[in-house]
Amino acid sequence: MAAPETSTAAVPTLYTNNTLRNAFGGVLSFFILLLIGVLAFSIRLFSVIKYESVIHEFDPYFNYRVTQFLTKKGIYEFWNWFDDRTWYPLGRVIGGTVYPGLTLTAGTIWWLLNSLNIPLSVETVCVFTAPIFSAFASWATYLLTKEVKGAGAGLTAAVLLAMVPSYISRSVAGSYDNEAVAIFALIFTFYLYLKTLNTGSLFYATLNSLAYFYMVCSWGGYTFIINLIPMHVLLCIVTGRYSSRLYIAYAPLVVLGTLLAALVPVVGFNAVMTSEHFASFLVFIIIHVVAFVYHIKGILSPKMFKVAVTLVVTVGLAVCCAVIAVLIALVASSPTKGWSGRSLSLLDPTYASKYIPIIASVSEHQPPTWPSYFMDINVLAFLVPAGIIACFLPLSDASSFIVLYIATSVYFSGVMVRLMLVLAPAACITSGIALSEAFDVLTGSIKFQLPGVTSNAEVDAGETSSDTSEAQTDEVKAEKPDDTSKNRPSKKSKKKERELAENPPAKATAKAKAKAEKKRLLALPLEASVISLLLLVVLGAFYVVHSVWAAAEAYSAPSIVLTTRSRDGLHVFDDFREAYAWLSHNTDVNDKVASWWDYGYQTTAMANRTVIVDNNTWNNTHIATVGTAMSSPERAAWEIFHSLDVKYVLVVFGGLIGYPSDDINKFLWMVRIGGGVFPHIKEPDYLRDGQYRIDSQATPTMLNCLMYKLSYYRFVETDGKAYDRVRRTEIGKKYFKLTHFEEVFTTHHWMVRIYKLKPLKNRIRGKAKKSKSKTSSTSSSKRSGTKKKNPWL
Amino acid sequence: MEAPIRAREALGFILFSLLFSICRSSSLNHLLISNAERRIDLSSHIVKVYLTLKVENAGSTPTSEVFLSFPPTQVDHLATVEALVTKGKRKKTTLVRLDVKPTELPDAPNDAKYFAIYLENPLKSGESTTLEVLYLLTHSQEPFPAEIAQSESQLVYYRDSALILSPYHIKQQTTFIKTPSTKVESFTRVEPSNRAGTEIKYGPYEDHPPYSFSPILIHFENNSPFAVVEELVREVEISHWGNLQVTEQYTLVHAGARHKGVFSRVDFQSRPTLNGASSLRYLLARLPPRVHSVYYRDEIGNISSSHLRTDSRKSELEIEPRYPLFGGWKATFVIGYGLPLQDFLFETSDDRRYLNFTFGCPLLETVVDKLTIKVVLPEGSKDPSAVVPFPVEQHLETKYSYLDVVGRTVVVMEKKNLVPTHNSHFQVYYTFKPIFMLAEPLMLASAFFLFFVACVAYLHIDLSIRK
Repeated sequence: MAAPETSTAAVPTLYTNNTLRNAFGGVLSFFILLLIGVLAFSIRLFSVIKYESVIHEFDPYFNYRVTQFLTKKGIYEFWNWFDDRTWYPLGRVIGGTVYPGLTLTAGTIWWLLNSLNIPLSVETVCVFTAPIFSAFASWATYLLTKEVKGAGAGLTAAVLLAMVPSYISRSVAGSYDNEAVAIFALIFTFYLYLKTLNTGSLFYATLNSLAYFYMVCSWGGYTFIINLIPMHVLLCIVTGRYSSRLYIAYAPLVVLGTLLAALVPVVGFNAVMTSEHFASFLVFIIIHVVAFVYHIKGILSPKMFKVAVTLVVTVGLAVCCAVIAVLIALVASSPTKGWSGRSLSLLDPTYASKYIPIIASVSEHQPPTWPSYFMDINVLAFLVPAGIIACFLPLSDASSFIVLYIATSVYFSGVMVRLMLVLAPAACITSGIALSEAFDVLTGSIKFQLPGVTSNAEVDAGETSSDTSEAQTDEVKAEKPDDTSKNRPSKKSKKKERELAENPPAKATAKAKAKAEKKRLLALPLEASVISLLLLVVLGAFYVVHSVWAAAEAYSAPSIVLTTRSRDGLHVFDDFREAYAWLSHNTDVNDKVASWWDYGYQTTAMANRTVIVDNNTWNNTHIATVGTAMSSPERAAWEIFHSLDVKYVLVVFGGLIGYPSDDINKFLWMVRIGGGVFPHIKEPDYLRDGQYRIDSQATPTMLNCLMYKLSYYRFVETDGKAYDRVRRTEIGKKYFKLTHFEEVFTTHHWMVRIYKLKPLKNRIRGKAKKSKSKTSSTSSSKRSGTKKKNPWL
Repeated sequence: MEAPIRAREALGFILFSLLFSICRSSSLNHLLISNAERRIDLSSHIVKVYLTLKVENAGSTPTSEVFLSFPPTQVDHLATVEALVTKGKRKKTTLVRLDVKPTELPDAPNDAKYFAIYLENPLKSGESTTLEVLYLLTHSQEPFPAEIAQSESQLVYYRDSALILSPYHIKQQTTFIKTPSTKVESFTRVEPSNRAGTEIKYGPYEDHPPYSFSPILIHFENNSPFAVVEELVREVEISHWGNLQVTEQYTLVHAGARHKGVFSRVDFQSRPTLNGASSLRYLLARLPPRVHSVYYRDEIGNISSSHLRTDSRKSELEIEPRYPLFGGWKATFVIGYGLPLQDFLFETSDDRRYLNFTFGCPLLETVVDKLTIKVVLPEGSKDPSAVVPFPVEQHLETKYSYLDVVGRTVVVMEKKNLVPTHNSHFQVYYTFKPIFMLAEPLMLASAFFLFFVACVAYLHIDLSIRK
């Protein structure tokens, strides 16, 4: 990071004073960046210090398991990995359905460390991958913002990003998820795009497509890049900012990027076949047309050009119609009908809750509330508008990109809480720009009005140091359009060019004088600037305090181990791991465990048992089957589970200690998802007057369903009243027996209860046939009206 | 129940005594045991047998070896045999430990196995001496019924002989068996035998020829948890920077009667004495004093239920497995701790160093089926040799740890069937030059130096093709 800094510092300018200043500034910003990296890393270690070095939540466990597999079996086995321990009996092709970026990154780090004989476990590497990459992300933010508004704004933005709560929530130590590396990849790709746009260098364009490739490897959110960049290109073209630099920034990215993206198994032909990518191809065509027009314009006389235009417009219209027709045909015929469910819910926020309960059931797919904006980006929300204004003064290619980025990400974050994460870097960059510009103006006017600084020379020196850089950029910008035909100048020669640009001192000083005049007019009163400076510092301090609080309190809990503070100190609820450890040591290795899909990843990773459904919700029918079983009465549920070869059923129950996100609270989703596929499960059957309740007012269907029974089995014996601390009520049906299930394990605080399916009862010889036909007939007659399409019965 | 057992035992007894009297070894004739007392302690799952033998030399030649014999079924479960001799007279008696080694005798009847006790001074003709023998048996209590439900208590069988199996003629002998509780379902009667409280007394029996055997079977309640560590790997890593890091990996199993059917948490919590009486709730590990940075975890993370109590003489770590262990349930976990090096590493006069550390398992009242101790010596140490007070299998390995180049020598020692009495000290001797301690810091320093030099060089070289 420091290399470009120090290199500019090493430029011998005519003013030795400035050289020193630049050198000092370079070293200073290097150390500031280093500290920012340390800050970004260490603010995310609260979870390790307060809890332990452990993988968090749900998805990270899957990533951890995949990484373990990768480190144990190697890369080729990994690509071919068919996992038979999940989605039983279907299995899942992990190698082809997983974004491998995170896994490969952590695997590479582990391999590197181990080849240096540093024996860190895979778990440790996984836990600390996210904090390391957030340090990288803040450095990338520095680079990106520096491309837009210079080093000062870059440093401010980097500091802000290092501790933005939204990003912390996804990248605390242990939160080993795709987003952790993807945000870095996102920012870095944008940086390289802007770098290419500013320099017109093919080298950066190639790097850009590689960064894009890394992003595609890491996260499904790469579609954001491949839509945002074309949008920006289109914007540039429409506003008449087309240049060959834009062409170099865009065309290689589309060609190389799409080819590289198609290499990732999970994307494959989707890179050319789904409509998420069509925008980029369309813009690709447009930019070529525009480039062609510019070229023609260059070689033809104006008169001939007019003729050509009319010719092209007529032909072009026809071609366009044809292309659009083809596109529409392609969209209609593409395998996912163009848009995947998640992407559709981005465009139409109500889409998911209307049609896909499984997407709507995930809390992070819900639209955010206003408090969550304040929680996640805090004061940045107020600074963003100022930053956008600063981007318009003056509007460059790079700053227009930032404006576009923030505008789109605000929209997307409004659709889905999860995408707040994409907004966070944009908010940091714009706020960084805003803060740095504000500081610039305020300190400038203070400096201008301070009585001590009367000697004009010093003011001049101070002004020129910043102004020459501005002049420099102006100069470079002015040069650029005619510079683009040339190859990219080497580093050294560029330095010389800059020197040359500064060399005519008369020009520089004249310009500086003019600037100083301008400054004099723009200067604010001293008191006002001091006060607003103080206010800005207070605002920043508030942000820091909030971020540290968020990192320490709100986002550091690993969610597999819970703690509460009571009078007699800290109390730890480690029930999940207790249950998983029990499963892994005391059941047969090939037993199948059924639970709601939330716990699928954890069960496979921690207990190493085969699960029916897991958090990769790729098969709605399968999840609906489990949902149906959970919402059915005992006998029917037993039959469904038995047909799935399930031996143990795991339910999460929070009623004893008041853990709110338990299965009873998720139960309506099971009913909805189950009912979506098997119509005999009807949501109104479980609701009394539209209300979900489990007390004595609950419906009989509710009180007889498997989930209720497994959750509350013998619950009344704990306190005699069966008071549920989550629902704050006594349960409806207290005394009941289980006929087809038996309790085999309940954890210390009853948070996880594991039941075993009882084997089939022996039948009395001779009567077997008769009774069998009888029971089957009765069962079918009982449910004849409702039993329709359930293949498991 | 008792009657058929007794008939069968009696038949066995007759057979055995016939067999043994025919083929008794003539070479052992000259010793006889004038009085033998045996106390069998069955209160935990490790069977402790204290044997007091008054040995008399009735032959003409002095002898220095006394043989103990064990039936082959017991030998497999025999963890340790120790022998002491009382010295001095009356009040000024001192106990002296004697060498005990397994031996073979040429004409052992029915595959009986022998241990030889080597006396300090040969026993002259006509003299007598008193030997105190202690031997421990593991896996010798068989749960019956083999599967119990949560609320049932654990009943076990213990099989032995009412008469002491000995290659010598025993003039008088008595056996006391102590059971953990007064609840004894049945025991084989070999008259005179009687039971009072927690004690069953067999004998006194007079004048039994060598290899007399009279099988007995005791069926009693034993609710002590059968904590068995199936495999324990202890890794002791020596760092000459002042730390001794110990990592112990346990595979723990409850080897009592298997748990059957339902585990109900509500019963377990509300009536802990009735429900899951034999379950294993916690374990106590006795660690050396001045222990620091103790951790207790398993493959999925830290286990929060542990307490450490330290004082100047010892440290006690009370650990709870993640879940109570019922019969047949397993758990794996890791305990790790650091110790100050100066307490365990010493220098010999010939400039060698040696580590003095305890061998066995720090958990109290547990049996270890297989123990592997790995002593990781610092990189660059040479000529390792281990001195262990009992026979173990040994070999060397190489391990690569932080920034190692040539690897560290690891002395690996393996032993099967250990009991807490094996917690004696062993020594590993090696030579080590202190200069090797600086190898890694120097390596790091030079790597960083080279990196900075490379950076400086890069910044000063113009790599561009076109000027």
